[in-house]
Amino acid sequence: MSNPYAKLPGWAEYGLIPLINLVVAFLVAGLVVLLVGENPLNAAYHMINGAFGRGEYIGFTLYYATTFIFTGLSVAVAFHAGLFNIGSEGQAYIGGIGVALACLWLDKTMPWFVVFPLAIIGSAFFGAMWAFLPGWLQAKRGSHVVITTIMFNFIASSLMVYLLTKVLKPLGQMAPQTRTFEAGGQLPKLDWLMSIFGLNLGNSPFNVSFLLALLAAFGVWVLIWRTKLGYEMRTMGHSPSAARYAGIGEARMTIIVMMISGGLAGMMALNPIMGEQYRMQLDFVQGAGFVGIAVALMGRSHPAGIIPAAVLFGMLYQGGAEISFEMPAISRDMIVIIQGLVILFAGALENMFRPAIGRAFASIGRRSAVAAQTRGA
Amino acid sequence: MSDIAIELRGIDKSFGLVHANKNINLTVRKGTIHGIIGENGAGKSTLMSILYGFYQADKGDIVIDGKTVTIKDPNAAIASGIGMVHQHFMLVENFTVLENVMLGAEDSQILNTSISKARVELKRLEKEYALEVNPDALIEQLPVGLQQRVEILKALYRKADILILDEPTGVLTPPEADHLFRILGQLKDQGKTIIFITHKLREIMAITDEVSVMRRGEMVATRKTKETSVEELAELMVGRRVLLRVEKGAANPGEVKLAVENLTVRDSRGVTMVDNVSFNLRAGEIVGIAGVAGNGQSELLEAISGIRKAVGGKVLLNGQPIDVTAHVDPRDLRDRGLAHVPEDRHHVGLVLKFEEAENGILGYHHDKRYLKGVFLNTKAIQADAEEKIKKYDIRPPNPRLKTANFSGGNQQKIVLAREMERGPDVLIIGQPTRGVDVGAIEFIHKRIIEMRDQGKAVLLVSVELDEIRALSDRIIVMFAGRVVGERDPDATEGELGLLMAGVEGRKEAAE
Repeated sequence: MSNPYAKLPGWAEYGLIPLINLVVAFLVAGLVVLLVGENPLNAAYHMINGAFGRGEYIGFTLYYATTFIFTGLSVAVAFHAGLFNIGSEGQAYIGGIGVALACLWLDKTMPWFVVFPLAIIGSAFFGAMWAFLPGWLQAKRGSHVVITTIMFNFIASSLMVYLLTKVLKPLGQMAPQTRTFEAGGQLPKLDWLMSIFGLNLGNSPFNVSFLLALLAAFGVWVLIWRTKLGYEMRTMGHSPSAARYAGIGEARMTIIVMMISGGLAGMMALNPIMGEQYRMQLDFVQGAGFVGIAVALMGRSHPAGIIPAAVLFGMLYQGGAEISFEMPAISRDMIVIIQGLVILFAGALENMFRPAIGRAFASIGRRSAVAAQTRGA
Repeated sequence: MSDIAIELRGIDKSFGLVHANKNINLTVRKGTIHGIIGENGAGKSTLMSILYGFYQADKGDIVIDGKTVTIKDPNAAIASGIGMVHQHFMLVENFTVLENVMLGAEDSQILNTSISKARVELKRLEKEYALEVNPDALIEQLPVGLQQRVEILKALYRKADILILDEPTGVLTPPEADHLFRILGQLKDQGKTIIFITHKLREIMAITDEVSVMRRGEMVATRKTKETSVEELAELMVGRRVLLRVEKGAANPGEVKLAVENLTVRDSRGVTMVDNVSFNLRAGEIVGIAGVAGNGQSELLEAISGIRKAVGGKVLLNGQPIDVTAHVDPRDLRDRGLAHVPEDRHHVGLVLKFEEAENGILGYHHDKRYLKGVFLNTKAIQADAEEKIKKYDIRPPNPRLKTANFSGGNQQKIVLAREMERGPDVLIIGQPTRGVDVGAIEFIHKRIIEMRDQGKAVLLVSVELDEIRALSDRIIVMFAGRVVGERDPDATEGELGLLMAGVEGRKEAAE
């Protein structure tokens, strides 16, 4: 009785409710488009077509999705242990250093499949170290990670400006970025994967780090639900007092979980740096760390939910760019509004329709129970 | 017609798929004390919440003094003359008694006029019902029994003719409870109607005129108290015959398993909660720690089990010291043969969102038999859970079910199975039957005695004095963090009650 919501069947809990929230978010977004004086159906067409209309568009959508899978997993892992890591943005940014160092060191002498593993390790290591500091501060000094990770995002940003203007920038170049990598620092595209479905990748940067993202999602599932460490994480996330009772060291766990979370965020850097631009540029993360929070919320912190949520946000990014190209009245800011609405309805207001749906299920349940009784009699 | 205060006709209430009240009929006569008894989750609280306007019934009528009324919120209930004394008091701690009584019932926008009027009225009520309490005392400085009296005065001040008391004795010492019963008797004599909700059969027998029994959302019987017995009521509550007395043979104490010496524990605010406590616990005996909730028993258990740091003292487990003043790893204590059934199973002993089987390894998840390298051995965990479900008759017998969906008694069995099946040398148990239905209490008590008979040392903390007396071989009484006395289990309830209230303790300390 303390729980005011009736229990729903799994498909309603994980399928119907997110779907309803999403539909409402798009309806409200449609109203906003209407307010600007544009046709929402037109906008919806451009959004969908821009995200999935051609092989090239799909490639872009999945390229963005790759990035969001990494940051979404990063947030979700911390979330399972009851930690709110808002620093995926900064951790991904710092993770770029690991990718860049591996590429700058070996790109001229080694093939990509030698550089790639080193870059993975490098990105995860730098991301993890950037998350270690807030983790350590919370574990040993009681500074809340929500606050410290936000601050560390700013520190990361300043640090990268320094590195890209003073240290990693080749002499005589004006742009704040590293030199362009040679073949060894360039990840192959997944045109073979697309051609299986008869699609042409075109110019899109859809690359092998997508496969790494899927692998990471599976790894996170195994970690959370199939390992001792995952069990300890979930215990701490659900009930810190039960964790203390069970002898699960809170300080140690906080540091470990933050490092795993930071490592996953750091690996995000592989996708833009080795997969698209072939160099490290200023601000290459572009808010993906924050989108990761929305992706994790929408995906219920479960890898099987995070992948579709990441694709959805990939669609919003790619399709949204297409809308602003086709419909000049709708600026890029409008896309941010639509994304905001999705986050609002899918994340913050996710329980809004739950009581009504619960009641509907209850009355259906009762009616069918009564029907079963009368049939039996 | 006129001698009936409240009549409920066909009250029905569902929360989603949970049918909390099924077609409830209840008639309460004027000027009587009417008990409502039932296990946890039988629907007593829901029914009273409907009567007091917290919930609306889906179906049915409420008739007060012959008139059908709609009670849409607590204000409407108060207007109909219903007052409620909640289990957890609804008082503003840093207000005075007078301010609390008049809060929300001020007569005038100008506070001073209200205060002086209220003071006169409060004096009159105090005199009329012999409920003395200093109107200018701060609530936080009053003992719990007096705080409850303020709650009653609040209801009377709002001209309540019908008083609902929800589990009123849970927080009281036995002398305080006796005092409350006397007050209720006086109120009855003055013509007030009282509805008394409890799960304690003894209290029902002591003060009610009539009693209604609820089971699984239904009103199963109403009896005249004089014409029924504890055995019949228990059977009605549970739906089958229950053994109320615990069968147990003489204890056979062996060597000292747990020695506590001058243990002192402070809480997070620096208040001393356990003050220089010493005692021994031997193999093959049950030592019960009696005391009103909040007198340091919880902190004592937490310090011994390594959850809370002590500031001073020593604890020896099997003769080996536990470093209680430094960081203790509960895992280490488990390895050394100490098992702990915590008081608060919802937040400490269990993770309610876990599946049953996952809770079956909480704290023992380092054990090799549940692991394959760093991975969980789900098959072994599952098999282990199924075995315990069978042995402890945990229902429903489904290890994949979320723990939150088990009843209180079955949740407690999950914890007990986990801790007892390890065969620990020392078992410390806090509130073994809090929120547990009568049927499961019997089982749990039997298991605890079995542990003792197997030569385990059992330390038992409970706020239910009956339970302490039924199970313990020795009783230690705590008051204000100190051990104020040790008694045999055949000590009278009055004697223990005085110790628990700190009366006897002060005398002994002075001598």
